[in-house]
Amino acid sequence: MQQDVIVSIRGLNKTFRSRAGAVVALDGIDLDVRRGEIFGIIGLSGAGKSTLVRCINHLEKPTAGTVTVDGQELGALSKKGLLKARRSMGMIFQQFNLLQQRTALQNVCFPLEIAGVKRSEAEARARELLEVVGLHDRADNYPSQLSGGQQQRVAIARALATDPKILLCDEATSALDPTTTRAILALLKEINRTRGITIIVITHEMAVIEEICQRVAIIDASHIAEVGPVEQVFTRPQSAMAKQLIYPDGKRDKLATGRHYCRIVFDGNSSFEPVVSNMVLECKAPVNIMFADTKDIDGKAYGQMILQLPEDERAAARALAYLETQNVHVEEGDANAFT
Amino acid sequence: MLSPEVWLASLWETLYMVLASTLVSYLIGLPLGLLLVVTDKGGVRPMPVLNTVLGVVVNVLRSIPFLILAVMITPITRLIAGRAIGTTAMIVPLTAAAAPYVARMVESSIKEVPYGVIEAAHSMGASPWQIVCKVLVPEAKPSLLVGGAISIVTILGYSAMAGFIGGGGLGTIAVNYGYNRYRFDIMLVACIIIVIVVQIFQVVGMWLARRLDKRNR
Repeated sequence: MQQDVIVSIRGLNKTFRSRAGAVVALDGIDLDVRRGEIFGIIGLSGAGKSTLVRCINHLEKPTAGTVTVDGQELGALSKKGLLKARRSMGMIFQQFNLLQQRTALQNVCFPLEIAGVKRSEAEARARELLEVVGLHDRADNYPSQLSGGQQQRVAIARALATDPKILLCDEATSALDPTTTRAILALLKEINRTRGITIIVITHEMAVIEEICQRVAIIDASHIAEVGPVEQVFTRPQSAMAKQLIYPDGKRDKLATGRHYCRIVFDGNSSFEPVVSNMVLECKAPVNIMFADTKDIDGKAYGQMILQLPEDERAAARALAYLETQNVHVEEGDANAFT
Repeated sequence: MLSPEVWLASLWETLYMVLASTLVSYLIGLPLGLLLVVTDKGGVRPMPVLNTVLGVVVNVLRSIPFLILAVMITPITRLIAGRAIGTTAMIVPLTAAAAPYVARMVESSIKEVPYGVIEAAHSMGASPWQIVCKVLVPEAKPSLLVGGAISIVTILGYSAMAGFIGGGGLGTIAVNYGYNRYRFDIMLVACIIIVIVVQIFQVVGMWLARRLDKRNR
C-alpha cells in the first residue's frame, strides 16, 4: 500500500556560488517523508543535511529540483504564498534562536503576531503551549533566565504555535547535555504521538535517530546514501557511510587474523536469550567476541555481534549451524568481510 | 567673568542645538541605517545597487570634516533655515554631518542581531517588513541606545566647533572669549560645562541601555 507522503523531494540540487567557485551542497536528492512519521536525516558535518532541511521550507532556494509539501510545490508559490506555506512548518534550531528581548510567552506569541492573530487569542494559545512543554510557570521569564533545555522547550512551543503539520528540527539537541537531550526527544515523541505532527530530525548523532525515528536517510557528500526503516538500516547497513556511522570508527579494525568469522544480527526476536552462551555450551566450542553492540530501539532489542569461530572447521560449522536455528540473522565470512 | 544668565542661556542654546539635531539625525539616520542592513547582500531584502549608492553617499558625507562641511553647505542651510548663522540654522549642518554617522551606528547595532534569530523569523513566514519591526529593531534596542549616547556626544562636539561659524551656545563663548580675547578662564569654564553635559548624556544612555536589556538578568 502506498503510504501518504507529506514531503516529497525530487531531483534536488543546491549549489552555492562564491568567488572561490561553486560548491555543490546537495545533488540529485530524492526523498519522501510520510505523514505522521518521525524521519531522521543523519550525516557528518558538511554532508549537506542542514542545507537539505532548509530546502524543505525554502529558507534556501534549490538550484534545481522540486520540494512538494502537502501537495504544494514550494518553488511554484508566490512570495506571499511561500510565507504562508512556511507557517504550516515549524522549525527549531541548535541554538534555540529565541528573541532575547521577549519573555517566553512573548516568544511563543511571535509567530502568531506574524500570522495576524489577535493578541488575546495569541496569548491564550501561547499559555496553552507553554503548558504542553511544561513551562507554564516560566511564561514571564526572559531567555537569559532559562536553561538550554528550557529555551529549547520554549522554541518547540513557538514552533507549534501556528499549528504546523511538519516540525523541522535542525540539530535541536546538539547543544544540550545527554539528560536534557533525552527529555527533549521524549517531548518531541509525545508531540508526534498526540498531535500527529510529522517530524523531520536532522542530526549527526546516531543515538538521536535510534531514540525517536521510524525511518532514516543517510546523507553522504551531498547524496542520499541509504534510506529505510531505522531498525533495518541499523542492523543491516548497506552503504559505507551507514557502516561508518553505526560502527564507531576504529572498533572494527582490530579483528584478529583467524579464518572463520560470523556476524550475528539480533532483529528484535531473540536478543534476550543468551544465544552465544547457549551456543558455546551446546557445541562445546569456544568463540571470541570481536565486536558487540546491542541497543534498545522502540522497546525491542537490536544489535549485532561479530564472533571469531574456532579454528577447527567442523567445530566452526557446528557453531554456525546452531546459530542458524536461533532466529538470528547470520553472515559468515573471513576477517576481511567485516572490516 | 560672565554673568550666570549668559552661561545658562548658552547652555540652553547648546542643548537645544544638540537635541534638535540628534532628533532630526535619527529621523534620517535610523531608516538609512536600517536600509543599509536590509539591502545588503545577505540582508533581509538584498538590493545591491541601492546599497552601494547609499554606502557611497554616507561615506562621502562622513569623510568631510564638520567645519568644512558646514561652510560648504551654507547655501543649503540658508535655503532651509532662512539664514546661515545662529542656533537654529546650525541644526542643518549638524544634521548633515550627524545623520550619516547615526546611519553607520544604527547599521552596526542592527548587524549585532544574530543571524539565527532572523532565520527563525523567516522560518515562521515573517515578511521583510515584519522582520525589521519585530525582530531587528527590538532585538537591537540596547545597542541602539548605546549608539544613541555615543552619537549625541559626537553631535555635542560638532556643536562646539560650530562656535567658529556663529553657531551660538557654549562653543561660541569659548571661541569669542577664550580664542579671540585670550580669556582662558572663560574657555575653561565653557569646557568644564561641556564635559559635564557629555558625562550626563553618556551615563544616562548607558544606564538606559543596561536597564532595558533583557539579556543580563
